[in-house]
Amino acid sequence: MTQRARNWLLVAPAAAWLLVMLVLPLSVVFVFSFGERAPSGGYVPAFTFEQYANLPARFTAFKNTLTLAPLGTLAALLIAYPLAYQLAVKTSDKWKTILLVLVIVPFWTSILIRSYAWIFILGGRGIPALLESIGLDEVRLINTPFAVLVGIIYGYLPLMVFPIYVSLDRLDKGLLEASSDLGAPPFTTFLKVTLPMSISGIATGCMLVFILLMGEFLIPALLGGGKVFFVGNALVDLFLQSRNWAYGSAVAVMLIVIMLVTVTLYMRLISRLNTQRDDAPMM
Amino acid sequence: MRIYAICVYVFLYTPIAIIALFSFSAGRSASQFEGFSVKWYGRALDNPFVMDALGNSLFVAFVSATFASIFGTLAAIGLQGIRGPARAFFDAVIYIAIMIPGIVIGIATLIALVTIFGVLNPWLSLIWPSGGTPPTLSMGMGSLIAAHTMFTMALVIIIVRARLAGLDGALSEASADLYATPFGTFRQVTLPLISPAVLAGFLLSFTFSFDDFIIAFFVAGSETTLPIYIFSSIRRGITPEVNAIGTMVMLASLVLLIIAQLILRRGHKR
Repeated sequence: MTQRARNWLLVAPAAAWLLVMLVLPLSVVFVFSFGERAPSGGYVPAFTFEQYANLPARFTAFKNTLTLAPLGTLAALLIAYPLAYQLAVKTSDKWKTILLVLVIVPFWTSILIRSYAWIFILGGRGIPALLESIGLDEVRLINTPFAVLVGIIYGYLPLMVFPIYVSLDRLDKGLLEASSDLGAPPFTTFLKVTLPMSISGIATGCMLVFILLMGEFLIPALLGGGKVFFVGNALVDLFLQSRNWAYGSAVAVMLIVIMLVTVTLYMRLISRLNTQRDDAPMM
Repeated sequence: MRIYAICVYVFLYTPIAIIALFSFSAGRSASQFEGFSVKWYGRALDNPFVMDALGNSLFVAFVSATFASIFGTLAAIGLQGIRGPARAFFDAVIYIAIMIPGIVIGIATLIALVTIFGVLNPWLSLIWPSGGTPPTLSMGMGSLIAAHTMFTMALVIIIVRARLAGLDGALSEASADLYATPFGTFRQVTLPLISPAVLAGFLLSFTFSFDDFIIAFFVAGSETTLPIYIFSSIRRGITPEVNAIGTMVMLASLVLLIIAQLILRRGHKR
């Protein structure tokens, strides 16, 4: 047996599995999105753009996803950055690893369990009860966009901290000293040295969180109480409740298209930022 | 700055602590602590629905992590020698497997398999020897294992490939120069060196499959896994029993994660 044939034989089971369980199902979704709904639910073969024309009917789901996903990503970035900075730059090597592990650990436990804990905290007997005792009556937190946002930040914060930490940890601490020795105030050092050097970590973190948020279902389902729903919730409704496969497929295709477009644009922007920095004269 | 960091840690661990705390409450209410008790743990472990769901989850996680580790490792080794458009296509597919939201993988697998089964089942009953009852293909444990294996296999390929890329190619060349058969080289040189990555891949796959809710929600048919059980219990109203189950699940994933980390670290030191 030649080396070539052997390589292919090794790859064959995985390739077949990925073709049948990933490429084929995604192709089916694409094909079904041009079909029609059978009267009893399900799918009838057809070639029509009707499903795509009907997409505005689910406008709210897309609007919620496209506002709360970027907002959640931004909020997670703003909370994660100072922590990553503290861990990477200000913490001694002895504590670094253990503190970082403490950030990662929650991410690896079930997001379902971690999210429903917020039902207690934001529900009637949680924070609203505390606020009532200091005189703020009738504050509603659960089942609001705010609750979903908190759940999102909580769920994906570790994923944002990690890549920023890695990029800041690689930063040469000598550069920071050099900058302050040359008389730059701390904030200028941060703006001109630290921030540009950590842009790759910020980019990775934002992309990871944003991609996961676009397909989110659980957090809005648990904390949004049916009022704040994402595209993911619309998909569950279309496939499991109303069994409208053709329309559901069109929604799924649209979601993937939006994801691909935003991620591509975002990567362009980041690479442009990077080249601009390289072009700038070294000071 | 230090105070800020402490605040973030409080934010990260308060919800987990609350679930663990309320799981020890003696009362019926899930959000008020009424004395210490472990009775809800006993109640959860006595509940046949919980134990059934736990059994399903463990079975699916074990089988899919095993398939994923075997086929993923073989593929990572084979991919080393493959270049050109075929390699680019394979890399793109792995990238898609990781990128596509779980919910889309769930619905896509559901409608594809239901459609295929709808075509296959009449044929099966047609060719089945008369007298016996022909099997009916339907969504269930099989489809769930297949879907989890697909995703976790992509994870294993990425982990093992990273380990292979860090290996010294001279080792397997030396082995070949000393007239070891390719299989001998694999068994005595490559496999011992990548085994920590394979084992870590297995444990991560197991944890993913055990914790997954969204793919299982679509693909498991009428079968119930532990996350599906927890989700439907929450919908009916949270009880301290759910908190007890949640605490045990978190503890289990934590232990697996620590084991995976220790194995990976030992592998790197060698």
